[in-house]
Amino acid sequence: MAPVATPFFFYLFAAIMLIGGILVITRKNPVHSALALIVTLLAQASIYLMLYAPFVAGVQIILYAGGIMVLFLFVIMLVSIDRTMKERQFNSQWVVGMIAATVLGGLFIAVYTKGTSIFPEHALSVVENDNTQQVATMLYGQYMFAFEIASLLLLVAIIGAVVMAKKRI
Amino acid sequence: MRGIIQYIQSYLGSDQTPGAAGNMFWALVYIMLVFAGLSVAVIAMNWLERKILAHMQVRLGPMRVGPHGLLQPIADAIKLLLKEDIMPSEADAFVFWMAPLIVVLAAFTVFVVVPFGPTHAITDMNIGILFMLGVSSLSVLGIVMAGWASNSHYPLIGALRSSAQMVSYEVAMGLAVVSAVLMTSLNAEGTGTLSMIGIVQAQQTQGEWFIFKFFPLGLIAFFIFAVAMVAETNRAPFDLAEAESELTAGFHTEYSGFRWSLFFLAEYSAMIAVSSIAVTLWLGGWLRPFPHWLSGGTWDKAFSSFPGITFLLFAAMCFYNTVRMPKHPLFRIQTIGLAGFGVVLGLIGLVLFVPAVSLRVQDIFWFAAKVAGFMYLYIWYRGTFPRYRFDQLMQMGWKVLLPMGLGVLILTATVALLQQRIWHP
Repeated sequence: MAPVATPFFFYLFAAIMLIGGILVITRKNPVHSALALIVTLLAQASIYLMLYAPFVAGVQIILYAGGIMVLFLFVIMLVSIDRTMKERQFNSQWVVGMIAATVLGGLFIAVYTKGTSIFPEHALSVVENDNTQQVATMLYGQYMFAFEIASLLLLVAIIGAVVMAKKRI
Repeated sequence: MRGIIQYIQSYLGSDQTPGAAGNMFWALVYIMLVFAGLSVAVIAMNWLERKILAHMQVRLGPMRVGPHGLLQPIADAIKLLLKEDIMPSEADAFVFWMAPLIVVLAAFTVFVVVPFGPTHAITDMNIGILFMLGVSSLSVLGIVMAGWASNSHYPLIGALRSSAQMVSYEVAMGLAVVSAVLMTSLNAEGTGTLSMIGIVQAQQTQGEWFIFKFFPLGLIAFFIFAVAMVAETNRAPFDLAEAESELTAGFHTEYSGFRWSLFFLAEYSAMIAVSSIAVTLWLGGWLRPFPHWLSGGTWDKAFSSFPGITFLLFAAMCFYNTVRMPKHPLFRIQTIGLAGFGVVLGLIGLVLFVPAVSLRVQDIFWFAAKVAGFMYLYIWYRGTFPRYRFDQLMQMGWKVLLPMGLGVLILTATVALLQQRIWHP
């Protein structure tokens, strides 16, 4: 079977992601911004799929596109659109913006010119068919401790949210 | 030219799905077959729902268009296509236009991984069940968009209810699915699978459907899923999102004509999709009943005649009702039509008795028969249960199903470990 992960798809999905990202910050209507963000997240899932990581792609779709973004929309839908349309959209922080842009641009140029020497080149040896199983063995074997710590952190976050939302428990 | 024919023929001998074999032509053929089959199933479901519901309420249901209203769905479809497509003037045009498309795309894309047989699936993915849950969760987005873009009160409230309901029942559903996936790992290697075909094959090798596994744990997980899937598809008794008495029609109040029919199509194909998840995970997918108790050549032959017998029964029903048609000249065309329909069904039934055909078709038949059982349950629920109140619905999801799902998951894992370590070390 011929590989489907051709550079064409990478550029396609990267372009979709970039356009989506730009739309997120330029749309005045918050619902449109949220929809553009969903497009970006789905394109990101496609790139995971291109990297032969179907499990990560599936989780990305379930958690971000299907879960978190629905909650986002849920809240945004109840906000008065008329008022948000009149609000100022950008803070003109030129100095900070320029510094951040320069640093990021420098990083990009550095990676583009010297990328091959910075990052070790990996031959793709992962077989797509047991990707999920490999993720599982890594999470519950090698990285068990980190995994459990992360889940504990999430638990603390949930309890914190409940404590903040409810006055009397 | 010869190259193309060779390419088409090269798949015929293989025992893989066209997606896994990488054959574009047969994948397209399968996609078209699945799409056509789904459309026919939705039409049949539409007619059956109205008819069965009517009989449950001691009514006749559609009787005018065609014999026993058989052509009613087609008449409805024509009506919907010819109807004026209205968009509210204050609506957000682009989002209003996108919403039904997203819902329909999500509902149909899911069928890419549904296994109708060991080789009868468009493709088999390593993340099959995850893909199904993920893509079907995208349809919530379409519903939220439809409700918001209509710029009207009822749709907005309907969309809010619907999305809250779908998001909260997804959690219980996921836990039930995980406990079934856990059962697939009870083999020599100890690795499970998320692939839909792999899940059914695991039930085949373990020799029992997961609904009977670790009785009653499998049954409870199945029950949680069966409740959650009704809530997930916004059907009675959990159809608060479109409660007619409160919200007119919920999120699709402002939709009409073709766009409305897209929502209708999506609702029914989503019902079929979640039913096929339940069938795959707990009811052995394409496996016939009792493959181990009643094994052997004779039983195989007996069970392989089931598809044909079913179609012959349908044909017999048609002929019985042909005889019972009123003997008035006005009904002559309808009577002839019904007899013709019976002849067609009977011929299909006879073709299904040919061993070469029945061998290839019986997987699909058993899968479809199990899904049809769920479809009947949906109609039955709608005819039986009163609608839940919204707080009752949320209480049911978060305080009953979710703890139950967690408990079943932990118990399943414990029993599985005990079985592997102690009983069969």
